[in-house]
Amino acid sequence: MLAKRIIPCLDVTDGRVVKGVNFVGLRDAGDPVEIARRYDQQGADELTFLDITASSDNRDLILHIIEAVAEQVFIPLTVGGGVRKVEDVRRLLNAGADKVGINTTAVTNPQVVEDAAGYFGSQAIVVAIDAKRVSQPGEAPRWQVFTHGGRNATGLDAVEWALEMQRRGAGEILLTSMDKDGTRSGFDLALTRAVSDAVQIPVIASGGVGKLQDLADGIKLGHADAVLAASIFHFGDHTVGEAKQLMREQGIEVRL
Amino acid sequence: MQIAVIDYGMGNLRSVMNALQQVAPDHTLTLTSDPAVIAAADKVVFPGQGAMRDCMRELTERGLREVVLDTASKKPFLGICVGAQLLFEMSEEGGNTPALGVFPGQVLRFPAERMQLEGERLKVPHMGWNEVHQTRAHPLWAGIPSGERFYFVHSYYMHTPDTSLIVGESAYPFAFTVAVARANIFATQFHPEKSHAAGLKLLSNFVAWNGVA
Repeated sequence: MLAKRIIPCLDVTDGRVVKGVNFVGLRDAGDPVEIARRYDQQGADELTFLDITASSDNRDLILHIIEAVAEQVFIPLTVGGGVRKVEDVRRLLNAGADKVGINTTAVTNPQVVEDAAGYFGSQAIVVAIDAKRVSQPGEAPRWQVFTHGGRNATGLDAVEWALEMQRRGAGEILLTSMDKDGTRSGFDLALTRAVSDAVQIPVIASGGVGKLQDLADGIKLGHADAVLAASIFHFGDHTVGEAKQLMREQGIEVRL
Repeated sequence: MQIAVIDYGMGNLRSVMNALQQVAPDHTLTLTSDPAVIAAADKVVFPGQGAMRDCMRELTERGLREVVLDTASKKPFLGICVGAQLLFEMSEEGGNTPALGVFPGQVLRFPAERMQLEGERLKVPHMGWNEVHQTRAHPLWAGIPSGERFYFVHSYYMHTPDTSLIVGESAYPFAFTVAVARANIFATQFHPEKSHAAGLKLLSNFVAWNGVA
């Protein structure tokens, strides 16, 4: 049967992998090609690169990184960050990405999702949703979609938005909890489950992983199809292989 | 040796080229939409992504239909994903799209009412790593254990009444065909170019294959 996927995420800026908490205090975590190879050897099921380069001067560095990784690593590669036009999707795919993540642009110009899925197929389009809980304690939980790295509220309901993105041709949803991201306290499992149960397409849970059990919980309790994490793998705390062993012990089907 | 990868404008073929480069560094690899180059190649790879109806339209408009059918009748020929599905007679995708009809059978949508396993709802597309059970021996399976996982991403699956064509099956949740072969043709629903060591092994077996099953 189909295995649940573990996806290490590499935040890249100016050609280097970095990791910070809530986008501050970035630490250099190394050379992206070297890190990609290491995760590949550990048994990562896919890799996601998030380009957080601020300066447009250095935007093309990600293309060279993807080219180099794609020549050496033969698992699916997703690249997101700064995708504004269908042409940006094309450039990343041509560099060797298999899927392209669209986040802020999906909100500001959802037609880009529809057009890109039409040109390249839904399998190539991942819509990234950053969500923050907006319900009060005691109320039925609700989450709102935020853009621009979590700074701008959109007024959109996260579950409704995921359904809308599915309708427009997204092949997959990368769902990040802004409340949990960087806290190392586990996924927002209620959010993950609400979105994953609502849509037909696969959902990748993201934001908050601090220990291996969090990954297993994302699958079992959050109903995610894949789990994404960065810091627990970057600094050698844990390997992808250890994560898979633990998941398998808990009855989750994984690729070993 | 010349290996032609057929480019008919459907999807990104960079991954296929990268993986072939890795396993066939001494061969000439050409990504091409030129029927003459395809006709002159020793081996042909026929990939495909995206919607079936668009794939058929592009093949026809680019004048590639004949050369695909011709090479599929005589040279070592590897179909991948939609490139495998196109070999059948028809696909439910896009409202019963006629395909190339090299093999008997249809390409069917995973039926929503059957996508359940032990209380869990199964997502469509079928995306990720699934076990491929080899239903019979074939030179392209050499050195790959039955049950090895390969990477998939698709919402439609191949279904043929001619069970002698089937060389690989997976389950989601029911058993379905993921690899077919006849004479000089081998075709997979999964993506060997994205399937790590097992995928590279299959591609390397294709590069070494003389086209005799």
